[in-house]
Amino acid sequence: MSDIVEKTLTALPGLFLQNQSGGPAAAKASFSSRLGSLIRGITALTSKHEEEKLIQQELSSLKATVSAPATTLKMMKECMVRLIYCEMLGYDASFGYIHAIKLAQQGNLLEKRVGYLAVSLFLHESHELLLLLVNTVVKDLQSTNLVEVCMALTVVSQIFPQEMIPAVLPLIEDKLQHSKEIIRRKAVLALYKFHLIAPNQVQHIHIKFRKALCDRDVGVMAASLHIYLRMIKENSSGYKDLTGSFVTILKQVVGGKLPVDFNYHSVPAPWLQIQLLRILGLLGKDDQRTSELMYDVLDESLRRAELNHNVTYAILFECVHTVYSIYPKSELLEKAAKCIGKFVLSPKINLKYLGLKALTYVIQQDPSLALQHQMTIIECLDHSDPMIKRETLELLYRITNAQNITVIIQKMLEYLHQSKEEYVIVNLVGKIAELAEKYAPDNAWFIQTMNAVFSVGGDVMHPDIPNNFLRLLAEGFDDETEDQQLRLYAVQSYLTLLDVENVFYPQRFLQVMSWVLGEYSYLLDKETPEKVIIKLYKLLMNDSVSSETKAWLIAAVTKLTPQAHSPNIVERLIQEFTISLDTLMRQHAFELKNLHQNVGLMKSLLPVDKSCEDMVVDASLSFLDGFVAEGLSQGAAPYKPHHQRQEEKLSQEKVLNFEPYGLSFSSSGFTGRQSPAGISLGSDISGNSAETGLKETNSLKLEGIKKLWGKEGYLPKKESKTGDESEAPPVPQESVIMENVDQAIIKQDHSQILTQSKEEKEKQLLASSLFVGLGSESTINLLGKADTVSHKFRRKAKVKGKKSEETTSTHNMACSSFSSLSGVAYEEDYYLNTLQDKELKKFSLNSELLDPESLTELPLVKKLSDCSLSKPSLFADNNMEIFHPPQSTAALVAKEISLASSLLEETTEYIHSNLMEVCSNETISMFSYKIWEDDCLLMVLSITNKTDSELKSANLEIFPAEDFKVTEKPGCCLPIMEAESTENFQYSVQMEKPFTEGNLSGFINYEMVDAHSVQLEFSIDLSLLDFIRPLKISTEDFGKLWLSFASDVKQNIKISDSQAALPSALKILQQKLRLHVIDIIGNEGLLACQLLPSIPCLLHCRVHADVLALWFRSSCSSLPDYLLYQCQKVMEES
Amino acid sequence: MIKAILIFNNHGKPRLSKFYQPYSEDTQQQIIRETFHLVSKRDENVCNFLEGGLLIGGSDNRLIYRHYATLYFVFCVDSSESELGILDLIQVFVETLDKCFENVCELDLIFHVDKVHNILAEMVMGGMVLETNMNEIVTQIDAQNKLEKSEAGLAGAPARAVSAVKNMNLPEIPRNINIGDISIKVPNLPSFK
Repeated sequence: MSDIVEKTLTALPGLFLQNQSGGPAAAKASFSSRLGSLIRGITALTSKHEEEKLIQQELSSLKATVSAPATTLKMMKECMVRLIYCEMLGYDASFGYIHAIKLAQQGNLLEKRVGYLAVSLFLHESHELLLLLVNTVVKDLQSTNLVEVCMALTVVSQIFPQEMIPAVLPLIEDKLQHSKEIIRRKAVLALYKFHLIAPNQVQHIHIKFRKALCDRDVGVMAASLHIYLRMIKENSSGYKDLTGSFVTILKQVVGGKLPVDFNYHSVPAPWLQIQLLRILGLLGKDDQRTSELMYDVLDESLRRAELNHNVTYAILFECVHTVYSIYPKSELLEKAAKCIGKFVLSPKINLKYLGLKALTYVIQQDPSLALQHQMTIIECLDHSDPMIKRETLELLYRITNAQNITVIIQKMLEYLHQSKEEYVIVNLVGKIAELAEKYAPDNAWFIQTMNAVFSVGGDVMHPDIPNNFLRLLAEGFDDETEDQQLRLYAVQSYLTLLDVENVFYPQRFLQVMSWVLGEYSYLLDKETPEKVIIKLYKLLMNDSVSSETKAWLIAAVTKLTPQAHSPNIVERLIQEFTISLDTLMRQHAFELKNLHQNVGLMKSLLPVDKSCEDMVVDASLSFLDGFVAEGLSQGAAPYKPHHQRQEEKLSQEKVLNFEPYGLSFSSSGFTGRQSPAGISLGSDISGNSAETGLKETNSLKLEGIKKLWGKEGYLPKKESKTGDESEAPPVPQESVIMENVDQAIIKQDHSQILTQSKEEKEKQLLASSLFVGLGSESTINLLGKADTVSHKFRRKAKVKGKKSEETTSTHNMACSSFSSLSGVAYEEDYYLNTLQDKELKKFSLNSELLDPESLTELPLVKKLSDCSLSKPSLFADNNMEIFHPPQSTAALVAKEISLASSLLEETTEYIHSNLMEVCSNETISMFSYKIWEDDCLLMVLSITNKTDSELKSANLEIFPAEDFKVTEKPGCCLPIMEAESTENFQYSVQMEKPFTEGNLSGFINYEMVDAHSVQLEFSIDLSLLDFIRPLKISTEDFGKLWLSFASDVKQNIKISDSQAALPSALKILQQKLRLHVIDIIGNEGLLACQLLPSIPCLLHCRVHADVLALWFRSSCSSLPDYLLYQCQKVMEES
Repeated sequence: MIKAILIFNNHGKPRLSKFYQPYSEDTQQQIIRETFHLVSKRDENVCNFLEGGLLIGGSDNRLIYRHYATLYFVFCVDSSESELGILDLIQVFVETLDKCFENVCELDLIFHVDKVHNILAEMVMGGMVLETNMNEIVTQIDAQNKLEKSEAGLAGAPARAVSAVKNMNLPEIPRNINIGDISIKVPNLPSFK
C-alpha cells in the first residue's frame, strides 16, 4: 500500500509539469519524437564534426532534463534510451549513470527494465557506482515477479565484480530450486559467471551443479554444460565419472529423444550436441578407458549428421575434432578423415576454411591427410580470401621440414608483403623467424630471410626475434668456420643494405645491424673499419633514427674504434656529439673520447669477438679499497649500508619497530650492493661503463628468451646427433624439385591425366616442393636418403645444459648403483630398525620422549646403513640370486625396494613413508614415497622400465595444483630410458594454503622403440598431515604463544586403560602425528607442532582417569579442528 | 564465450553494441571501428570468419559475421565457441528480431534499442548462449511484455507513436532487411548441398 502511495507521490510533479505543457499526450509525443528528430538530424548530417555538435547539444539538454527534479520516471526512461544511443555512438554520458541506477531502483517494470539495461551498458565491473546497485539487485532477486528476478540475474551476470558476489550468492543459490525453469537456467549461468571470476567462492556448490546437470528441464541441463566444459578444461581427471552421463545425454539427443521444440532445421538441439562433443573430447584425451565409452555415440553422431545444413556441418566439425582428440580408434579416424575431406573439398568457403583448420589440427597425427589434399591446399594458397590463405599458411607452418622450407617461407613472405594488419605481421614474422632458425638450408638464405623479417616486421615484431638472432650469431654452433662464414655474410649483407640510398629501415633492424657490424666487422678483409664507421656515422646523423638506436650505433662505433688505423672520422664524431643536446649521446661521446685517448686501455676493454665470454664483475668493489682507506684516514665516517641506517633511525625513534620491516630493508640493501655495475655507469667515465652497460642489457634481454630450440621438427623423426651437418649436406634445391617433378609426373600417369595445362603443371611442381618429405615412403626413396638434416643451426648447449647433463649423469650413477648391496642393506635396515625399536622401549618412556634426538629424527637408520655398507661381502651371494633373473615380478619388486633404499641412503635423516605403487602397465611401473623433510614434503617418484628395450623421451609432468606448489628437483626429462633401469624424480611440495585432502596428479609419457608414444596418468593423495612438523620450543615460549592464539578447540576423548599413562599417549601422538613433546608436568603434557611453512599449533593434554582432555590452540582457525580429528583417529587405532 | 556483439550498418554506424567483457569506452569505440574496417573490406564470396584484431584480445578470438542488406551482425567469440554454431545463432537472432518486429528493418533497431537488447538478453547472458530456440525466446519476450503491460497499464500509446516515426520518410536508410525468404535473398547465407 505504502508503495503505491510513494509511487503516486513521485509521479505527481511530473503530471503537474505535463499538464502545464499541454497534457500528457503532447508531452509523450514530444519525448518520443525527440529521439526521432535526433536520429533524423544525425542521418541528415554530412560530417563527423557536425554530428559531434548535434550530440553535444542533445547531451546538454538531456543533462538538464535528467537532473531536473520535475522529471518523471517515464520521461527518465525516454532519456535513458537517448543516452544509450549517444553512448553507443561513443559520446560520454556519464552524468546519466546515477539516474540509470535510480531508474532501476524506483521505476515500475517497464522503467526498471530500461534502467537495468542502461546500467548494464554504462557501467563495468570496477565502476564505483555499482555499489549503489547492490541493494536493488538483492531486493529484486527476492521479488515474486519473475521478470524482476530475471532482470536482476541478467545484470548480476553481466557486471557484478568478485567482491560483490557474497551479497547475492545465497539468493542465487536458492534460485537453483526455483519452480520456473527459466529462472533456474539463468541462475546456473550467473553461477557460472561467478565461477569464472571467483572460482573459490562457488566451490561449495559444485554438488548443486550436478543437480542442475540432472535437471528435468533440458534448458537448465544445457546451461550447466557451460560450467562443466569449463571445469573439465581446467581439470579433466576430476570429472571422469561423469563421462557416462554425458554420453547418455548425447545419445538421447542424437537419437531424437528431445521434444521437437529443440530441433533446428530438423537437427535435434545442435548447440547442445556441439557442447557435449567438446566436453567428451576433453574427457577422452589420452585416456583409453574413458574414450572407449564414447566410441559408439561418436560413430552414431558422424552417421546421423548427413543432412546438408549448415548446422550439421558444425556438429560434424566438432565430431571430427573430438575423434582426433580422444584416444584413437582407427575406424573412427577413417570416418573423420573422410569428413575432413568433405570439408576441404566443399565449394562453400566457410566449410573450406574449417576443413583447413581441421587439417591443421590433425596434421601432427596424420601427415598423409595433407598429402591427399595437396592440390586443394595449393589452390587455397592463391585463394582470394585472405583468411583462407592465412589458414593455409598455418597448415604449411605445421608441415615445414628441411626440404620444403624455402618454398614455404617464400609463400609466407609473399603474404607478409601484402598484409597490413599489425597482428598478422607480428604473428607471421614470428613463425618465419622460428622456421628459418630451425631449418635454414644455408647461410645466405638464412641471413636474407632474416633481413626480410626485420625489414617487414620492423618495430612491431616480438623483441625475442632480434635477440634470438643476435644470440645465435654470437654463440654460434658447433662448427667454428661455419660460424665465421655466417657472421661474415651477415656483415656483408648489412653493408650492402646500408649502401642503398633513401631506404629507411625499422629501428630494430638498424639495432641488429649496428650490433653485428660492431662485433664482426673485423672479419672483413677488404673494407677497413673506417669505412664501416663512416656508414654508422651517416646513420647517426640521420634524423629518422631514434635515440635508442643511436645508442646502439655509437656502441658499435666504440667497438670499432680500437681497430681503426686513422682516427679522423672518430674524432669528428666525438666533436659532433660531445656537444649534442641529447645527454645520453653526450655521455657516450665523452666515454668514447676518454677511451680514445688511451688506446691500450681501450683495446683491453673492447676485445675482438668476445661477446659471449662472461663478464667478471668485482661485486665487492675491492678496487676502491685504497680510496676508502684514504677517506677513512682523513676522518670520513665509515659507510653504513642503507638497512643499517634505517635500523638506527628506527631504534632512535623507539616506536613500533616491527620485525618484518627490518628484514625487507636488509634485502634491499643487499641488492643494492650486488649491482655495482649500475653505479659505475652513472659515476665514472673510466670507459668501462659503456661496454658494461651494453653487455648488461644484452645479457639481461637474453634472460627471458624462450627456448625455441627444444622444439622438434614436424615429422616424428629422431636425428642421431648434433654435429652431422657435414655428413648430410642439404640437398640442392633444384635437384629436389627435379626429382619431385619426376615423382609427380609418375603419379599423374598412374592416376589418369596425361595432358596437362601449363598451369596445372606449375601447381604440381609447387605441390611436390611443398609436400616433400611428408609421410609417404616413396618420397624418401626417391630422395635417396632419409631426412637427417633438421636443425641447421644448433645452438651450443650453454652452462645450463651442461649442468643438467651432469645432474642426470649423477642420477644415472645413483640409479645404476642401486647395487645389490644397498638393496639388502635396506632390508637389513628394516630389520635392525625394528630391533632398535624394541631396544628403545626398554628406556624409560619419559626420558625418551624428552630427548630431542630420539625418534623424531631417527639418525639410527643412517648409522645402520653405514654399518651394512662396511661389510658388503656378507650379503654378496644372495644378491646375485635375486637380481639377475629380472623377469619374475618378485624380483622386480625387490629391485624397487633396493632402488628406494639407495635413495634412502641420501635422505635417511628424515622420516619417510613406505613405498607405494602409484601406477603401472606392462612396460613401466611407478612407485612413490614421501619424505617428510624439515621444511617441505619431498615426494620421490621412481619409475622402472620393466622391459628389456629402452624407452625414449620419457617425460614426467606434474599438474599444477591450487593448494600447493610443486618444485622440481633436478632431472625430469630423460631422452632415453635404458632397459630394466630405474629413474628417480624428486619433487618438493610446499603448501600454499591449508587443505585437508589434496592430490598430486600428473602423467608420465614415453616413446616405445617403435616411436609409438604412451601416456600414463597417476595421482597421489596428500593430506594435511604431510605438512605437520614438530615445533621445538621451550615451555616458556609455549606459555607465551598459548596466550597469543585466538582459535582454540577442546575435546575429551576416552582412552582405554592400557593407554592410561600419559607418556604412552603422548608417544603415540609424537610418532603418528609428528607433534613435539615439550614437557610433561604431572598429569599434563605440552606438545607443539607447526604446519609448514610456519603456522604453529599448540596442544595441551591432561589425563584424568580414563579421559584424555585435549586442548588445541593455533593462529589458524581450521588447524585445531583438523588435528583434533587426527588425534582421535590415532588414539582409536592404537 | 562471446566477448561482444556488434551491429552496424554499411556505413559503419553502430546500431547495437553489447560487450560481455569490460573494455574502456575508448576501446569499445575502437573495436567497433576496427571491426567495421575489417568486415567491410570483405567480398561477398569469402568466408564469414575473421581473426580478431589486437584490440579484441589476440589470436584466440575470432569475428563471426553476417551481412543482411544494410546491416552487419558481428559476434566476437573466443575459441570455446563453434564457428558454424555461432553463425547459425546469428541467424536465429535475426529471425527472432524479424518475428518480434514483423519485418524488421534497420529503423526498428534504432528506435527500439531497448527491445532489441531485451531480446538479446534472452539469447545470450553474460557472454554465454542461454537459449537458441526461437519460439522459446519469442515466448519469453511476449510473456514479459504482457506482464509489463498489465503493470504499466497504458503501454499501447507509445507503440503508436513509434509506428508513426517508423513511417517517417528518412533519407539514406534503405528500409527492409528482408529476411523473410532468407536462403534466396541473401547471397551470404549458405544452403549446403
